[in-house]
Amino acid sequence: MFLRLLSDVRWRAANPRWRRMTCSRRSTSSTAEPHPISLPAQAQVVICGGGIVGTSVAYHLSKLGWKDIVLLEQGRLAAGTTRFCAGIVSTARPVSIELKMADYSNKLYQQLEQETGIKTGYMKTGSISLAQTQDRLISLKRIASSLNVMGIPCEIITPKQAAQLHPLINIHDLVGAMYVPGDALVSSADVSLALATAASRNGVQIHERTSVSHVLVQKGRVTGVETDRGQISCQYFVNCAGQWAYELGLSGEEQVSIPVHACEHFYLLTYPLKEPLASSIPTIVDPDGRIYIRSWQGGILSGGFEKNPKPLFTEGRNQLEIQNLQEDWDHFEPLLSALLRRMPGLEALQIMQLVNCPETFTPDMRCIMGESPTVQGYFVLAGMNSAGISYGGGAGKYLAEWMVNGYPSENVWPLDLKRFGTLQSSRTFLRHRVMEVMPLICDLKVPRWDFQTGRQLRTSPLYDRLDAQGARWMEKHGFERVKYFVPPGKDLLDLDQSKTFYKPDWFDIVGSEVKCCKEAVCVIDMSSFTKFEISSTGDQALESLQYLFSNDLDVPVGHVVHTGMLNEKGGYENDCSIARLNKRSFFMISPTDQQVHCWAWLKNRLPSNSSLAMEDVTWKYTALNLIGPRAVDVLSELSYAPITPEHFPSLFCKEMSVGYANGIRVMSITHTGEPGFMLYIPIEYALHVYNEVMNMGQKYGIRNAGYYALRSLRIEKFFAFWGQDLDAFTTPMECGREFQVKLEKGMEFIGQEALLEQKQNGVYKRFTMFILEDHDTDMDLWPWWGEPIFRNGRYVGKTTSSAYSYTLERHVCLGFVQHFDEKTGEELVVTTDFINQGEYEIDIAGQRFQAKAKLYPFSSLFTHRRRKDEMELSGYQRE
Amino acid sequence: MLAASCCDRRMCVCPGPRRIGYSFRSVKCLTGSWAIPVRSSRLPLLSDAMPAPAHLFPLIRNCEIGRICSTVCYCHRKHLCCFSSHFAHGHFRCAPQRKFAALCRPKENFNQFIHARDYASTPQRFYLTPPQVNSILKANEYSFKVPEFDGKNISSVLGFDSNQLPANAPIEDRRSAATCLQTRGMLLGVFDGHAGCACAQAVSERLFYYIAVSLLPHETLLEIENAVESGRALLPILQWHKHPNDYFSKEASKLYFNSLRTYWQELIDLNSGETTDVKEALINAFKRLDNDISLEAQVGDSNSFLNYLVLRVAFSGATACVAHVDGVDLHVANTGDSRAMLGVQEEDGSWSAINLSYDHNAQNEHEVERVKMEHPKSEEKSLVKQDRLLGLLMPFRAFGDVKFKWSIELQKRVVESGPDQLNDNEYTKFIPPNYHTPPYLTAEPEVIHHKLRPQDKFLVLATDGLWETMHRQDVARIVGEYLTGVHHQQPIAVGGYKVTLGQMHGLLTERRARISSVFEDQNAATHLIRHAVGNNEFGTVDHERLSKMLSLPEELARMYRDDITIIVVQFNSHVVGACQNEEL
Repeated sequence: MFLRLLSDVRWRAANPRWRRMTCSRRSTSSTAEPHPISLPAQAQVVICGGGIVGTSVAYHLSKLGWKDIVLLEQGRLAAGTTRFCAGIVSTARPVSIELKMADYSNKLYQQLEQETGIKTGYMKTGSISLAQTQDRLISLKRIASSLNVMGIPCEIITPKQAAQLHPLINIHDLVGAMYVPGDALVSSADVSLALATAASRNGVQIHERTSVSHVLVQKGRVTGVETDRGQISCQYFVNCAGQWAYELGLSGEEQVSIPVHACEHFYLLTYPLKEPLASSIPTIVDPDGRIYIRSWQGGILSGGFEKNPKPLFTEGRNQLEIQNLQEDWDHFEPLLSALLRRMPGLEALQIMQLVNCPETFTPDMRCIMGESPTVQGYFVLAGMNSAGISYGGGAGKYLAEWMVNGYPSENVWPLDLKRFGTLQSSRTFLRHRVMEVMPLICDLKVPRWDFQTGRQLRTSPLYDRLDAQGARWMEKHGFERVKYFVPPGKDLLDLDQSKTFYKPDWFDIVGSEVKCCKEAVCVIDMSSFTKFEISSTGDQALESLQYLFSNDLDVPVGHVVHTGMLNEKGGYENDCSIARLNKRSFFMISPTDQQVHCWAWLKNRLPSNSSLAMEDVTWKYTALNLIGPRAVDVLSELSYAPITPEHFPSLFCKEMSVGYANGIRVMSITHTGEPGFMLYIPIEYALHVYNEVMNMGQKYGIRNAGYYALRSLRIEKFFAFWGQDLDAFTTPMECGREFQVKLEKGMEFIGQEALLEQKQNGVYKRFTMFILEDHDTDMDLWPWWGEPIFRNGRYVGKTTSSAYSYTLERHVCLGFVQHFDEKTGEELVVTTDFINQGEYEIDIAGQRFQAKAKLYPFSSLFTHRRRKDEMELSGYQRE
Repeated sequence: MLAASCCDRRMCVCPGPRRIGYSFRSVKCLTGSWAIPVRSSRLPLLSDAMPAPAHLFPLIRNCEIGRICSTVCYCHRKHLCCFSSHFAHGHFRCAPQRKFAALCRPKENFNQFIHARDYASTPQRFYLTPPQVNSILKANEYSFKVPEFDGKNISSVLGFDSNQLPANAPIEDRRSAATCLQTRGMLLGVFDGHAGCACAQAVSERLFYYIAVSLLPHETLLEIENAVESGRALLPILQWHKHPNDYFSKEASKLYFNSLRTYWQELIDLNSGETTDVKEALINAFKRLDNDISLEAQVGDSNSFLNYLVLRVAFSGATACVAHVDGVDLHVANTGDSRAMLGVQEEDGSWSAINLSYDHNAQNEHEVERVKMEHPKSEEKSLVKQDRLLGLLMPFRAFGDVKFKWSIELQKRVVESGPDQLNDNEYTKFIPPNYHTPPYLTAEPEVIHHKLRPQDKFLVLATDGLWETMHRQDVARIVGEYLTGVHHQQPIAVGGYKVTLGQMHGLLTERRARISSVFEDQNAATHLIRHAVGNNEFGTVDHERLSKMLSLPEELARMYRDDITIIVVQFNSHVVGACQNEEL
């Protein structure tokens, strides 16, 4: 039956040439296989995995001119998840990079048949996403807004219009729908085979029935792969092994942690309807019912993402092929109910089969791509979260660009393998987390969502103390961080009920924390920050760091420098603060999720001689942030040391005693622009110092605060943070941070040329702050990020973060403004005048709000509270 | 406590004009709607029960009754109060003339009453939520697993689940479970009290000691007696498996112990030298205990509390159904109308039931025959009336109930010399009609011996509260499916069959309903009670019905169900199979 479904029989007849080349018989006859041609002894690239992802990588690499490529598949091409998947190409994705990948894939598949001559079953049907609730409709509207500015046709329609587009659906419980006419259906296996064919025409060698046992590594570089048919030496290895990617990553001596885990996924196939369903009928996505329904050979194909997924292969049981998974009707029952509720007319439709097809999921519902932080030349593309067809084309392209050019053409940090570390690779963690992730595919995606599983992994020593005081927690890179403190006697909504696109229930709580930061003093536990110490016997540390960082680090001992860690294009790879502890050692503080990325970046670029030592000391220090005008009083009482600005100016670092504890690194930065100090405390003193601070602070009105307060403070000061606002495609020039770049520091540094060029030619995008004017905080939808920005009615960019400013009593959005030529759409230089001379609007779920653009923070509003010389523009937190 | 005895359906012995017993079955809820007691005689009971709550009425009337009803309905006790007072308001207080009418047309009255309640509360109907239902059902549940040694359980019993659901307040059922320590085997029993719980309580505490002692070899008896004599520590005889709510009376322990000691001393004197036969031991123990209960009441006690207690024990009654499991030998001793049933799994996986006891009541022809044989022919007509012994008592065998055992003279003497509470009580003074040749009642059990086979998976001991509502075949199926786990239902495969989406959906919904009811319970007895109380006409648990039944106030609950006590013993088929092979 599957042979019919996949129509690969048909394909084989059409492509005898390719078949000869791969030399592996695809028929299921029992005759003996002809002897396969032997593997090459070496290649530039070995790709492991012949599904949609592997073939797409091979296709794009060969397009980019790399020819010496071998693709290995343990079974047959497109025989795994690719073969079983539902074949829906859907561009309606909430994350911008995923949207771009899906859009590219759609365009690629559309012309693939023409390019290769192989039938891909591509059928532009469109898709209708249904909303049963107003909240769902809001989320659809948000997606529609971002699709429209991308030039992808998309409209919000009424239930009646939906019924006209699809005669079978029951609309009585709908409040609206989103129609994306460009979405398509493909035969996924055929697409994969078409990509393989095109790749093999470009010289890629494809070997089926060859499995990779492990990857050979020498001196941190890939040197080859060991297969069941011999060794291939290679420079690059690409792990596209889908659900086996985790196992394969762990198989070598040098382990590569690829956090993916498979879950069973079910869909239903039926016989044709009495009046066979047209193949061009739109695909229905009913996220509230957790199902999708597409037409399939006159009948329907319907599957979904249940609330209680069944993870499998946790213990790593490997199977060559996955056909022998069982159907589980009882498990499918809720989805079947949802299907019959959506299409009651199908009751009499006869069942053909329930297909059980495992899908691979990642800990954060985004796919995994990029180079291993530990093994150079080891690339990964896996964990498609059941959207392999939608993402496969685009993801393959970005990875190919990454390998060939050294970087992809878009910011793929949200998908980068390095956002994870080994801490996410526990089997138990993965098993539990994917059980949460899979249902999330259909859940409403609201701002400030935190995962509930795999929590309390990394905690500060103060965790219990803070928790007892009403802390509510979120997680970043496995580290528990406080969102805010619920005052005693106050209750917040349950987690499920607290989901909202509007004003959240913690609004006043955070407001009072912010107020305390402005008027008295607050303590925020910020221990999650990544902390490195870099030291050398001679001047190597300074020299190396001067080359790696754009700011001048040759400052007097005790100074703290905010600086970007830039790539060759001048884009931010990291944004950090570096304190010069003494002549030869530096203390570097980076955002929490930089732990793996920054480490790998530095490791690969620092000279590997023994005179230079780098140590990750994240776990050694607890960080307390004392924010507020009275922080100075608290600290001076605890240390009996003069802490006035004369003795302890801004951006300074001193080791001093606090309470009984000695050796506390105190820095006069707060990451918010407010006066105050960061205390880096060796963890055994953490509780003592915290208790002392809280006791002493009592008379100054001290209280605990969380990251939400910090965020509000930071964003109203126009501080960008890495990972949210800043990425590898943003330069200091584009976000008003020229002052953190010392082009004339007398030493060459990475990205210098690009920045010099930008300085001369101007920038093509500009980080801008927007104050929402006619936005009612109580009644209107809150901005989040990713909202389109309109200047004089024309789209100019998207927001990257937003927060409510309790000082301004307005919402503040940060985002990038670009200048597109009105006629050609070409990107033009963005000047200050261009920013200042425009009427701006921010589109929140289709509703536009007037906004005032600003290139510099409201200095006047804050100066009377700020200390002299305070010029601190840095922050590390992301939502 | 004795005042409440006139509510006892088992023994309709009220002073004054004879009340007519009614059949409990007719009171059952039919198809989810409230049915009504067919016999009007129950309604005065309600009015009797009224005065206490009714005086609360003025307090409550001032409040907004609707609000109270809707808020307190989740609380059993408060609910009761508001419920009753409202009842009083509607039919007895304000419209006394309607009370009479109500009695004539009970059904209508009842409906009005229900309606009035609905009206007074908010129009929306209230139910206990599933967690509330569960907390009621699970309040008395108890599970025991036979401990394993070296990873192996060598006992033929895997463990047991027990539970009870009260309808009387306080509950009149008792249960006991214990492991014999000086002999092999395990004892389990359910005891259904009537005319109060005193007798059932005493039997549940004492009977197993009598049985254990009857089973003990001569040497052990001697050893124990010597230990008592010389004040040394006693060998433990029984290891009890008790729910925290199962209590033993501390005050009477000395008295009970002395009676027990007298028994074993007699056994020592009687030393027959033969190995003890379990069947005989059970019969002896039952008879001896009943005899002791009777004697203690006749002798009395200097302590006035104890004196009253032994009298209450003797004047109330209890049935007993006790199982003794030792290896493959299962003995069930039964006195009265509780029942033991063996669950057997057939080769095709289906479940069937084997009765391991005979009910001693009017439905049992042999039993009627036996009673008639024991009394002169002249009494034949008056012996069994309205399916009751002497027209009063439903079980034909029971512990206690000296009213049916002692001569009239003895009864009068004991009552008159007894404490005032007893003397003032109409019930104790009342002599059964046509009482000519006592005793009419015995506690002697019928013992059935069964050799366990591997297909015998479990034993259910339950009081008649269960058997009134469920057929044993259903009990076998429900427990069997529960124990083997229906949630491991055969997976459905479409295969080559023609199945439509609608058909599949119907099938799956039904399967899920079954699973969810199993998943709620960790205890087979709880699961059975859930079915017994909540089953709808399709044999599946109807939450709405369950919730209604459990939210009945105490005085009404008794009309719709009896106390239910269940013990489900699970057998260890491996051990049973091995034992069987050895014997072959």
